[in-house]
Amino acid sequence: MTAILGMLETGRLVRLSAVDLAIVIFYFALVLGIGFYLKGFAKTGEDFFLAGREMTAWVAGLAFVSANLGSLELLGWAGNAYQYGILAAHWYWIGAIPAMVFLGLVMMPFYYISKTHSVPGYLQLRYGSAASGLSAVTFAIMTILMSGVNMYAMAVVMKVVLGWDINFSMWVSSLTVGVYVAAGGLFSAIFNEVLQFFLIWFGALLIPILGLYETGGWKGMVERIQQNFPGQDFTHMWGPMHSFSSNPMGIHWTGIVFGLAAVQSMGYWTTDFLVVQRVLSAKDIRSAKMAPIIGSFFKMAVPLIVILPGLLGLAVLPMHLVPNSPHLPPGQHSYDEVLPLMLVRYCGPGLLGLGVTALVAGFMAGMAGNVSAFATVWTYDIYRPFLKKNAPDQHYVSMGRWCTIIGLFISIGTAYLAMRSESLMDYVQALFGFFIAPLFGTVLLGMLWKRVTKAGGFWGLLAGTLTSITLFLLMKASPHWVAIFALSPEAKGLAQAMYQSLWSCTTCVVVTILVTLVTKPRPDEELRGLVYSLTDVAKEKHASLLHKPVFWGITAMALLVILQIIFW
Amino acid sequence: MSEKHNIIPVWFFVGVLFLVYGVLILGSGIAEWSHPPNTVLADLHAPVWWGALLIVLGVVYCGAFRPRQ
Repeated sequence: MTAILGMLETGRLVRLSAVDLAIVIFYFALVLGIGFYLKGFAKTGEDFFLAGREMTAWVAGLAFVSANLGSLELLGWAGNAYQYGILAAHWYWIGAIPAMVFLGLVMMPFYYISKTHSVPGYLQLRYGSAASGLSAVTFAIMTILMSGVNMYAMAVVMKVVLGWDINFSMWVSSLTVGVYVAAGGLFSAIFNEVLQFFLIWFGALLIPILGLYETGGWKGMVERIQQNFPGQDFTHMWGPMHSFSSNPMGIHWTGIVFGLAAVQSMGYWTTDFLVVQRVLSAKDIRSAKMAPIIGSFFKMAVPLIVILPGLLGLAVLPMHLVPNSPHLPPGQHSYDEVLPLMLVRYCGPGLLGLGVTALVAGFMAGMAGNVSAFATVWTYDIYRPFLKKNAPDQHYVSMGRWCTIIGLFISIGTAYLAMRSESLMDYVQALFGFFIAPLFGTVLLGMLWKRVTKAGGFWGLLAGTLTSITLFLLMKASPHWVAIFALSPEAKGLAQAMYQSLWSCTTCVVVTILVTLVTKPRPDEELRGLVYSLTDVAKEKHASLLHKPVFWGITAMALLVILQIIFW
Repeated sequence: MSEKHNIIPVWFFVGVLFLVYGVLILGSGIAEWSHPPNTVLADLHAPVWWGALLIVLGVVYCGAFRPRQ
């Protein structure tokens, strides 16, 4: 213990041994080697942007989950678990599983049958250029900002754990990502995401195993938390949410159910192209339906390596962590540093290298996901329809490769912006709220109601996005607005984001319906394959029960309910 | 994984990663056996059994998904 405290005082937690460095370097060599190996296979647009549409359900499903398991995810949510307790697990369970199952069973057939390259591409088919262009531009901005946040998160880990210079970490890792994604396109991104998925599990799983051993199991951990933080409930998910002031997050259960589960998570998991792109790479429609459902089971398990280490930090760390700030006094650590602190606590040479590599891999996979999605949306949804139509396929592949590099440099710039943010996750949640929540309303209405018009889709999306930005600015400006829009002055950052999503999506739906009712609908012939009532989705009557996506979707939902009851 | 392109399955690369890391971590664990690092629960020798687990998984993945002509 004193050794750990001693290391904290020197400004770095640990110095990597030769074996740790060998582990890190081997990972860089392997992903670069894979990137160059895959370059020969990424020749056409479909290869480069959609990995040839030949991934199995398992590969697409793992990449689907892994694209969301970057270093931002690991550090931010472990930090949130330390700050808010097990409430943070809502973002993995009710805030993810229903949306993933919904994507697989309801929405995926429309994306897949329409053969679109992207979510804005679906909007192009359903609503035309205006809504598609708006969505593509907002998505491109969001993706690049996300990429910068991810990059910053990784550089902070390197600074805290190893004492490496932030600039060095960002530039070396991001240039590596740029090389292998520019070489192999989505093939490279997906391969790296699958590798990263296993690395993260095997790099982080020792923390909960050894942590629970140290505390004497779950019960012992809870007792220690109660001793360290008397009077606060960090270990129940629904019980403390009967009022805004009875839980550390300052959120009411309505915010979780209506803001997170019904709007924000649905928006993220079903319309954020970064994750949907992985599923679009599936080899057939059954694989495309199964991929998000397979992913949902893995997603349900992620709290074991993200939330539990945060809770264990509350129980065993000798110091109290503090809110994130760029100017922490020496010896003090922020919430987002809880995972590296736990890693250093239990892992010596070799295991430490594995854990650090897992975090670096998380960053690189997250960044690869962002830049590959950015390259696709820029090339197919902005460049091709608005700047250069009808060019040869090779021209667009070349544009995708250049875009990957340019997007990377823009991300590096945004990483420096992220350093000024008070909390990483608040920053990202705000971005989700701006664009994703209203987009979900637009896409869902377009899929389920054939009457919705082009004008309705565009104006609804625009109104929802503007509402989101306005609410965000108002709530940042004065607590008075927090009390109005987030229903309580007690609501903190994450809680505010939930209500911001709810109101922006509601605005989008209302405006879309009102404009639709006064504008002329498109003829049915133009909407075949795009709308529920005009699309023939092949039924799997002859498949056995274990081969039916609906069976596994129901199983995932049943497991979700059981988890809620256990941790109520 | 690939029908059109005949790409080496990603699972093979996962196996290579496990195998190399398993050897490095197990070797490190054995080397430090008599002088464990200054970490909590170092006496459990986690690198030894974790490294061994990675080696077993690596061998299984490499064997099952090795590239075929």
